Amino acid sequence: MATAVVTTERENYLNSDYGVRSWLLTTDHKRIALLYLLSITFFFFIGGFFALLMRLELLTPAGDLVQADTYNKLFTMHGQIMVFFFLIPSIPAVLGNFLVPMMIGAKDLAFPRINLLSWYLYIFGGCMMLHCIVTGGVDTGWTFYTPFSTAFTNTKVIEAGLSIFIVGFSSILTGLNFVVSIHRMRAPGLTWSRLPLFLWSTYATSIIFLLGTPVLAITLLLLIFERAFHLGIFDPTRGGDPLLFQHLFWFYSHPAVYIMILPAMGVVSEIIPCFSRKRVFGYSFVAMSSIAIAVFGFLVWAHHMFVAGISLYSALFFSILSYLVAVPSAVKVFNWTATMYKGSISFSTPMLYALGFIGLFTIGGLTGLFLAALGFDVHVTDTYFVIAHFHYIMVGGAVMGFLGGLHFWWPKISGRMYPEAWGRLAAAIVFIGFNLTFFPQFILGYMGMPRRYWQYPPEFQVLNVFSTAGSTILAVGYLLPMVYMLWSLRYGKIAGDNPWGAAGLEWKTASPPPTFNFDETPEVTWEAYNYDEIPMPEEVSLER
Amino acid sequence: MSDSPIALEHPTELQHHFADMEQQKDASTFGMWLFLGTEIMFFGGMFAAYLIYRRWYYNEFALGSRSIDIWLGTINTIVLICSSLTVALGVRAAQMGKRKLLVILLLITMAFGVAFLAIKGVEWYQKYEEHHVPGSSFNASDIVSVGQKYGIHIDQGHSQIYFSLYFALTGLHALHMLVGLGIFTVLTYLAWKGKYTPEYHTPIEIGGLYWHFVDIVWIYLFPLLYLIDRKPFH
Amino acid sequence: MAQHEHILSAKLYVIIWAALMCLTVITAGVAFIDLGPFNTVVALVIATFKALLVVLIFMHVKYSSERLTKTVVLAALFWLMLLLGLSLMDYGTRHFT
Repeated sequence: MATAVVTTERENYLNSDYGVRSWLLTTDHKRIALLYLLSITFFFFIGGFFALLMRLELLTPAGDLVQADTYNKLFTMHGQIMVFFFLIPSIPAVLGNFLVPMMIGAKDLAFPRINLLSWYLYIFGGCMMLHCIVTGGVDTGWTFYTPFSTAFTNTKVIEAGLSIFIVGFSSILTGLNFVVSIHRMRAPGLTWSRLPLFLWSTYATSIIFLLGTPVLAITLLLLIFERAFHLGIFDPTRGGDPLLFQHLFWFYSHPAVYIMILPAMGVVSEIIPCFSRKRVFGYSFVAMSSIAIAVFGFLVWAHHMFVAGISLYSALFFSILSYLVAVPSAVKVFNWTATMYKGSISFSTPMLYALGFIGLFTIGGLTGLFLAALGFDVHVTDTYFVIAHFHYIMVGGAVMGFLGGLHFWWPKISGRMYPEAWGRLAAAIVFIGFNLTFFPQFILGYMGMPRRYWQYPPEFQVLNVFSTAGSTILAVGYLLPMVYMLWSLRYGKIAGDNPWGAAGLEWKTASPPPTFNFDETPEVTWEAYNYDEIPMPEEVSLER
Repeated sequence: MSDSPIALEHPTELQHHFADMEQQKDASTFGMWLFLGTEIMFFGGMFAAYLIYRRWYYNEFALGSRSIDIWLGTINTIVLICSSLTVALGVRAAQMGKRKLLVILLLITMAFGVAFLAIKGVEWYQKYEEHHVPGSSFNASDIVSVGQKYGIHIDQGHSQIYFSLYFALTGLHALHMLVGLGIFTVLTYLAWKGKYTPEYHTPIEIGGLYWHFVDIVWIYLFPLLYLIDRKPFH
Repeated sequence: MAQHEHILSAKLYVIIWAALMCLTVITAGVAFIDLGPFNTVVALVIATFKALLVVLIFMHVKYSSERLTKTVVLAALFWLMLLLGLSLMDYGTRHFT
C-alpha cells in the first residue's frame, strides 16, 4: 500500500466499466442492486404521490378534490405499487442483492444472469403497471376481491393482475438465488452459527418468496381467466366461492407482510450491535425467531377474513395461531433492547432509524394482536384502525428499516459519507411526520371511520387534518435523504473501508468494493458481532 | 480427467464466481429443486380449488369426469412414463459421455412430448365439439340428461366449474410441457455440438429433473380428473 | 469429480419403467370397479407410489448423499399440506353450529 501511488482511485465496481451497456447488461450483484434502488425509488415516489392525493382529498369531509371513482383508483394503485413494486423488493432486492454475496464472502450470487433476469422481469412488470395506470388504472383495492374484480368493475384488472404475476417471478428468482447462495457459497469457516443476522432474515424471507409467491401467481392467473372467460371458479352465480379467492390470496399476501418486515428486522439486527458496541444478545434466538416468523406467518392468513363468512371454528383457530407470531417478534424486540443495555450507544443516523423501528414496530405489532382478537376485529374491520396498524408495520417498520440500512451501508455502496447532521434531521422528520400521519388514524378507526371512502362525516375532520399535515411532513422527510445522498455522491466525505467500525465481512473489503468483492476469498475464524475486539472509530465516538 | 493442471483448475464451463465444478453443479441442482418446490405450490392452488369443489359438487364432478375419454388419458400417462424413462437413460448416457446415444434419447423424449400434446389436443377438441369449454358457448345439457338417467340433478354452473378446473389444470400442465420441449430443443442442440462430458453435464441433469417433475404432476392429474369418479353410479 | 456420481444400471431404469407401466394399467382398471370411497384412496395411493418411484430412482433422490434435496421436497409437501389443510378446515366446519 505504501508504495502505491495514491493519486488514482482504486478500481471498484463503479468505475471498472462505463456506459449504459455496462449497467444494463451487468451481472454484478452490486450493480443490479443499484438498478433496483433506482427503480424502486421511482415507484416509491409514484405510490407516495397517490398517497398524498388521497390525504389532500381527506383534508375536508366533502368529496371535492377527486370523485369517488378516482379515489377508488388512487387507493388501489397506491396499494399495489407500494406493496408489489416497492416494499417487497425494497430491502431484499437492493440491500440483499448488494450484501448477501459480500456477507458470505463470495464473488457473486449463485446465478448472476438469473439475478439480472429478475430485474428485467421487475421492469417489465413495472412498465405494464405504469401503462395500466396511464390508461385508466384499477379500482378493486389492492386485494382484487372477487366477484367485484371479475364480474363488475370495468377497469383494467387483467393488465394489473398480469403485471403483478410477472413481478412475482422476479421475487421467486431473487429468493431462489439467495437460498442457493447462502447454502452453497459461504466462505470457509463461515458456519451457520456465524452468519450475520441479516442473512438469517434474508434466508427466512426467501423461504416465503419461494413457497408463497407461486400461490399468488396461480391465484392471479385464475382471476384473469375468470374475468376473461367467466369460468365460475370464484363466481357465486355459478356456484363458485369468492372466499376461495380470499383464502388463496391471503395465503401469499399475509406472509408477504413478513417479506416486508423480516429484512427490516435483519437490518436492525446489524445496526443495533454496531452502534452499541456489543455482541447481539441471544444470537441464536434472534436467528431462529426469523425462521419461526417465516413459518408461523403461513398459519394465520384467514385472520383477514374473520367477517367474510368463514367458519367460526376456523376463525377461532386462526385467531389463536395469529397470537403465536407475536412470540418470535417479541423475542427480537427484547433481544435488541437487551443488546443496547449497558452498551456504549452512539446516536448516528442508522441508529436513529433502528430505534424508530423498534418503537413503531412494537406499536404496529401490538395493535396487530388487537386485530387478531375475534371480538375486537369485528368492531374495527375495514376501518382506519387497520390502516394505521399495517402502516405502522410497513412504513414505520419496513421503510424505517430500509432507510436505516441505506444510511448504514451507504459508505460501502458509494464510498462516501452522507452528511450526518442532515441525516439525523431527516430521521427526526420522518419519525415525527409518520406518527402525526398515522397515530390519529388509530383513533379515527376506533371511532368508526371506514377505510376506502372519499368522504366522511364532519366530526372526523380534526384528526384527518392532523393526518394530512403529517403526511406532508413525512414527504419532506423522504425527499431529504434522496437529495443529500445524491449530493454526497460528489461532495460527501470519502468513507474509509469501515467507517462505523462494524463487524461483518462486507466491511473487510474496500469501499466501494472491487467487482469481485474480495481480492482473495476470506476465511472466517471469528464469531459474528465480535464488537469487543473491534475498536470504535474516533469520528463515531465523537458524534455521540 | 485431463492431465494438464491448468485445465484442471479452470475448466471452461466453470463460471468465475464458483470455487470448483462441484460447487457449481451442487448450486445448479439445488436451484432446480427449489424451483420445483415452487411449482408444487403453483399447482397446489388449483388442487385446493379442486378438492373444495369436488366435495361441494360431487355429482357434477363425477359426471364431468366420465365425459372425458379415459383411454386418451391412459395412453397419455403411458406416453409420459416412457418419456421419463428416455430422459433417465439420457442423463445416464451423458454421465457416461455417450454423445450420440444422448442426442437420440433426447430426441425420442421430445417425440413423446409432442405425442402427449397431440393426444391432449384431440381430447380438448372433443371437449370443444361437446361445448364443454367454459365460456359463452358452454353447454352441459348432455351431462344434465345423463344425470336425469340416474335421477340426480345437475347444475350447469357447477358443471362448468369442473371443466374450468379441468382446463386450467391440463392447460397449465401442457404449458409446462411446451416449456420443457423448448428447454430440450436447446439441450439437444448443445449435446449434438458435444458440449456435455462426463465432467460437465449439469444442464442435462436439471433439465431431466424438470421433465420428471412435469411427469409427476400428470401422475396426480390422471387419477383426479379421469379415474376416481369413473365407478358405476349408485 | 465424476466418482461422486452414481451411474445406475440401465436395467434398473427399465425395471422401474415396467413397474410404472403396470401401476398405470392397474389404476386405470381399478377405476371401473366400485370400491365405494376406496376408489379414491386406491387411485391416490398408486399415484403416490408412482411419484415416489420417479422421485427416488429417476430423479436420483435415493442415491444423493445430500439431505438438502430431501429437505426441499419434504418442505414443499409440508407447505402444500398447510395450504390444503388449513383452507379445507374452513370449508369442513362452515356448517357446524
